[in-house]
Amino acid sequence: MKKYQVEVNTLKQTNVLANKIGKHLFKGAVITLEGDLGAGKTTFTKGIAEALEIKKTVNSPTFTIIKEYEGIYPLYHMDVYRIEDDLEDLGFDEYFYSNGVSIIEWASHIKSQLPNERLEIDITILGETKRLFEFYPIGKPYIQLCEVLKDEKLVD
Amino acid sequence: MKKIIVLAVESSCDETSVAIIKNGKEVLSNIVSSQIDIHKRFGGVVPEVASRHHVENITFVLDEAIKEANIQIKELTCIAVTKGPGLIGSLLIGINAAKAFAYANHLPIIGVHHIAGHIYANHLVSDLEFPLLALVVSGGHTELLYMNDHFQFETIGQTRDDAVGEAYDKVARVCHLSYPGGPEIDKRAKNGKDVYQLPRVMLDQDNYDFSFSGLKSSVINLVHNTKQRNETIHIENLARSFQESVVDILVGKTLKAIKEYPIKQLLLAGGVAANSGLRQRLKEEMEAYPGIKLIIPPLKFCTDNAAMIGVAGTFAYLKGQRDDLSLNGKASIDI
Repeated sequence: MKKYQVEVNTLKQTNVLANKIGKHLFKGAVITLEGDLGAGKTTFTKGIAEALEIKKTVNSPTFTIIKEYEGIYPLYHMDVYRIEDDLEDLGFDEYFYSNGVSIIEWASHIKSQLPNERLEIDITILGETKRLFEFYPIGKPYIQLCEVLKDEKLVD
Repeated sequence: MKKIIVLAVESSCDETSVAIIKNGKEVLSNIVSSQIDIHKRFGGVVPEVASRHHVENITFVLDEAIKEANIQIKELTCIAVTKGPGLIGSLLIGINAAKAFAYANHLPIIGVHHIAGHIYANHLVSDLEFPLLALVVSGGHTELLYMNDHFQFETIGQTRDDAVGEAYDKVARVCHLSYPGGPEIDKRAKNGKDVYQLPRVMLDQDNYDFSFSGLKSSVINLVHNTKQRNETIHIENLARSFQESVVDILVGKTLKAIKEYPIKQLLLAGGVAANSGLRQRLKEEMEAYPGIKLIIPPLKFCTDNAAMIGVAGTFAYLKGQRDDLSLNGKASIDI
């Protein structure tokens, strides 16, 4: 699997990175986010939401598992941490194969339900605000997306 | 007021509850079947598990509520039910039970916003007087709402990231304390000192919004750095430091709002209203405002319960709200 990566030092840089990625997203895009508590999964999602011109406050979906927002495309922000059983079906397909953008925190909890093509992002905490972002694109549109990011010198 | 008796159903998270409320004031019954013990094993609410237990419990809880209220079904005026926000699978069980009951007994049905319920729980303590401010704090919500009349909600501030109850749960997880995190941290905070100097995020900003994600990250960094130095964290002191920071932020923003909005009452609502540190500080600070009545519901009406939905449902009924059998649950929904 092809891998791209970038280190950021500040929350602001995380926001800029997410914002740029958000601008290249398309209908039906699926992004998975992995990273420890406090890694910045929701912060990253906020940056994407800005690019999608979402006006409402994007806050943690932990409680209701899925939150929906209206923007250029609908944004489905999910936190599946509390789903213990991979076979538990909350109708995720309806979101993944829709006209919106799906962002899934702790996606490994529902691995068998994820679509075949997606962009996997791992966030590693390196310091107080320093983070390593690793991108694993699966499928052509996501490889293209990462190549565009590479051309823009956002990732290596 | 004509006699109004409402049967209310609440199932938005991990409590299955049915209540019967007379004239929006008198709790004839309020049966709550909690799943906390079940979810403790998982360190949080597990949606599919929650839904299954709601299915198992709902008819028994409903029967019990009617029996305890000692009323005839024909005395009921209407059915009120939580329509959202919450876990969709859990919400749907309460809604479908309520719809079936309403259909079978030819009663009107009224969908109630969960947060409206939390706010109206205060009416059980003291009649609501407008304008008022409500600080709603729970596992899924942290909001300041202004109301100048019944069912006129204006959200003046909200969390930009984690809800306060969620921050408690996540900090508890980092500290290896049990679920739910709120009561555990509250208990330990009593024996600790505020020595860890955690940040008061956004407190000095000129708005009514909250942020708890940065505070959560500070705790994570602190625990991590302490471990790397081969030192042990003092859990009681950490609990106290975290709680002091949370209370400073919540109370600080609320007092800021009080200066801007002329109000008659300040209401505390939601599960985190059970927090002893928050209750105590609000009481102390509000002594400086004798013209504003502080209302804090008793603990049993702070956590999720159907009585609060019954009270809000009563006022929705009086306002003329009627839903039909197309009523549906929504995971996220504006108040």
